[in-house]
Amino acid sequence: MYDKLWLIPFFPLLGCIINGLLGKRFIKNEKIIGAIGTGAVFLSFLVSCKYFFQLLGDSVKSHENIVASWISVGNLQVDWGFLLDPLSALMLMVVCGVGSLIHLYSIGYMHGEEGYYRYFSYLNLFVFSMLMLVLGNNALVMFVGWEGVGLCSYLLIGYYFEKQSAGDAAKKAFVMNRIGDFGFLLGLFTIYWTLGSKHGVWTINFTEITANAHLLSGDMILGTSVTTVATLCFFLGATGKSAQLPLFTWLPDAMEGPTPVSALIHAATMVTAGVYMIGRMNVLFVMSPTTMAVVAMVGALTAIFAATIGFAQNDIKRVLAYSTVSQLGFMFVAMGVGAFTAGIFHLMTHAFFKACLFLGSGSVIHAMHHALHKAHLDDDAQDMRNMGGLRKKMPITWATFGISCLAISGLPFFSGFFSKDEILWWAFASTRGNMFIWVIVVIAAFMTAFYMFRCLFMTFYGEQKTNPKAKDHVHESPWVITLPLVVLAGLATVGGLIGIPHVIDVAHIGNKLNAFLAPVFQHSQELYKIEAHGTASTEIMLMVFSVIVALAGITLAYVMYRKNPELPGKFTAKFPTLHRTVFNKWYVDEIYDALFVNPTKKLGIFCWKGFDVKVIDGIVNGVAKLVGVIADTLRHTQTGFFQNYALTMVLGTVVMMAIFILN
Amino acid sequence: MISVYHYMTVSAILFAMGTYGVLTRRNAIVIFMCIELMLNSVNLTFIALSSHLQSMDGQVFVMFVMVVAAAEAAVGLALMISFYRNRESIDVDDMNLLKL
Amino acid sequence: MEIIFFYLVALVAVVSGFLVIRCQSPVNSALGLVNTFFCLAIFYVMLHAPFMAAIQIMVYAGAIMVLIIFVIMLLNLGEAERKRYTHGIVWSSIASLLVLFNVIFFIKRGRVTGAEGDITTFMVESFGHTELIGKAIFTEFLLPFEIASILLLVAIVGAVVLAKKEV
Repeated sequence: MYDKLWLIPFFPLLGCIINGLLGKRFIKNEKIIGAIGTGAVFLSFLVSCKYFFQLLGDSVKSHENIVASWISVGNLQVDWGFLLDPLSALMLMVVCGVGSLIHLYSIGYMHGEEGYYRYFSYLNLFVFSMLMLVLGNNALVMFVGWEGVGLCSYLLIGYYFEKQSAGDAAKKAFVMNRIGDFGFLLGLFTIYWTLGSKHGVWTINFTEITANAHLLSGDMILGTSVTTVATLCFFLGATGKSAQLPLFTWLPDAMEGPTPVSALIHAATMVTAGVYMIGRMNVLFVMSPTTMAVVAMVGALTAIFAATIGFAQNDIKRVLAYSTVSQLGFMFVAMGVGAFTAGIFHLMTHAFFKACLFLGSGSVIHAMHHALHKAHLDDDAQDMRNMGGLRKKMPITWATFGISCLAISGLPFFSGFFSKDEILWWAFASTRGNMFIWVIVVIAAFMTAFYMFRCLFMTFYGEQKTNPKAKDHVHESPWVITLPLVVLAGLATVGGLIGIPHVIDVAHIGNKLNAFLAPVFQHSQELYKIEAHGTASTEIMLMVFSVIVALAGITLAYVMYRKNPELPGKFTAKFPTLHRTVFNKWYVDEIYDALFVNPTKKLGIFCWKGFDVKVIDGIVNGVAKLVGVIADTLRHTQTGFFQNYALTMVLGTVVMMAIFILN
Repeated sequence: MISVYHYMTVSAILFAMGTYGVLTRRNAIVIFMCIELMLNSVNLTFIALSSHLQSMDGQVFVMFVMVVAAAEAAVGLALMISFYRNRESIDVDDMNLLKL
Repeated sequence: MEIIFFYLVALVAVVSGFLVIRCQSPVNSALGLVNTFFCLAIFYVMLHAPFMAAIQIMVYAGAIMVLIIFVIMLLNLGEAERKRYTHGIVWSSIASLLVLFNVIFFIKRGRVTGAEGDITTFMVESFGHTELIGKAIFTEFLLPFEIASILLLVAIVGAVVLAKKEV
């Protein structure tokens, strides 16, 4: 029944291998390469659909498919196994669905690029890794995917590797991810060892960990409970992968990669891996209120912190990048207050509208780039100050981008509204939430609405500020680019309807998502009495309040960037220090440079010039010199006259005879 | 009465003289002759001991030493001729290709 | 009587050996060497090994010495000898004296013992030395004998190859 799960990651891997090995020499044709890449992911999508609907109609909600044994050492038994339950099924749909749309989009966007085959090969490899991450039935298979997506992220950020900044950004992403990965591994070891040595359950299988997690309550390590330590380690992994404080700085830099990559990896899927991982291990996380509080706090702070930076950025992709960081913060707030369903819900809707936003920005950049290229201008194609008034020129892009902005701002009946409101409600009313987090998140929501509409207004409205020479070359993008935009905008609009909150469910559709994900989350939520309690009127009031907040943000943006375009300038002039600080991203990068990067570099230089050159090389060269000196001395004994050798031989014989006689 | 020690002493003297000649002379042919002298001193020891111990083995060994000496003489002298052809000399000081 | 004769022969042998190592002309050295060989042949006779004495004279004093003198003549080295015909005398003297002392000391100190065979002087005199040698070579030492013949063959080929002008 579920024994063909392995097909889902298999197709992208096959596509990756075909394109990667044969693309450069044998296939060459862009159309075929694109078709292979997109087709592979689309096939996975079809298989995912089959299993998704099969799971919907099935009464058993958790199925494993073991393909082969991987590691079998002593107590450690690891299989190449896949797990299909509502959580992974939903993720499959998001990853494969959004993934295939973005592959389709890439065909148009990457047209004519150097290394077309390489791009599709990496992208397929990424989808493969992401599917391994999502489907893995044990933590090690998940870790394979976890590392795989990190690697693909590195490869794709550095896609334009001839650019110094792209190479640096790729390295930064990789290193930051590594910091997280080590947390993930430590967490895994802690759980594995404690479960095994104290309770005799040697396992890293998710199902078994979930079933045996209750054994861990009461176990202590270094005066703290084991679950707290382990989950904090896991959360460190999540902050690395999902760009939370303090490891978020790599994500904005990751925008050096091609825009579809930003959409797929750095907005829709990979960065949500941390959220997914917490969802997957929710049983462990609920056991530690400390970790939950940390998760919620970090999420909330990230949400507001990244939002402030989004205010002052002029690069369209950077605004979206900070918005992604901020939205990921929302998801972690949800996870932290125990609203797992809401977190996954927001993950899904965010995948839709953020992918749409990124692809829309990609469409704009694509058009701008071509226009500037045609006019032989060197202006920045991503700078919003060069845009404006693109509404008429690129209507489809404008419409889809606008819809996504409405969705992300949380206007009623768009998908973002439902997911964000559920997070806000849980932050306010959950037994694990509190007022403080709610306030921060609301402010962040307000800021989100503001900077997203600032972005929309600067790009599509007002005077076109593009260089006059390039102005008329800006055109709407081809269908392969607009089709994914339209589909994603559609999803961003209606995607929220699967999770309508009970209080406004006038048509009695029911909260489909809640019911669907219940097998994964309900058990732990009930066990630890995590629930949102409050009256329906409170919930409706909060909803209205958040809509008002969103509208206020939009209005403010309208006033500042449409009505009085000189207002931002005045504001900047009035608070130059504040503006500069925000514009420079609170100098976080500089602080990290000063605190970690430069000392590490200095240590490296010391090791190189001080230790390696002087000590190691000194020893090596010294030995060589010593041998040289000895050899130079001994060389004189080698006269080249055979009688000298004969003399030595005779003397040697004499000595040996003497020894023989004296004995 | 002549004992085996008498013969061996003579043999030792001849051997030491041969060694001295090998080490000091510059003419390759003379060195070669000194080697023959050393070989003969050893032969004398062999035969003296063979006679002393009433065994034929030592004398058989002397036969083989003579065979080897004959072979050595043939090859060695051929080498000298060929060397002389190249260097117009059979002085061992001229055999210095091993020198740095 | 015998001992006096021994000393006389030994003296001649040592003096001839000295000539070998000290004569400037290689021809003189060669003559000294022949003399030594003769003395050794006399010793062999005194040691009841007449066959060895015979081949000593035939092979050494005859064949090998003729070969050496032939080469000396061929290379015409008689007059071409330079003034300085020795070197490294001090160190070489020390080395050879050390060798001599070592051996003499060894001979004086040790006792010659070993497994005594059954080839008595009486046997040698009644059977004949040549028969006994032949018996030993063609029975006990047959394989080494054959190998020695191959060695000689190789030496002949090698000498021809080396001495040829053009290979």
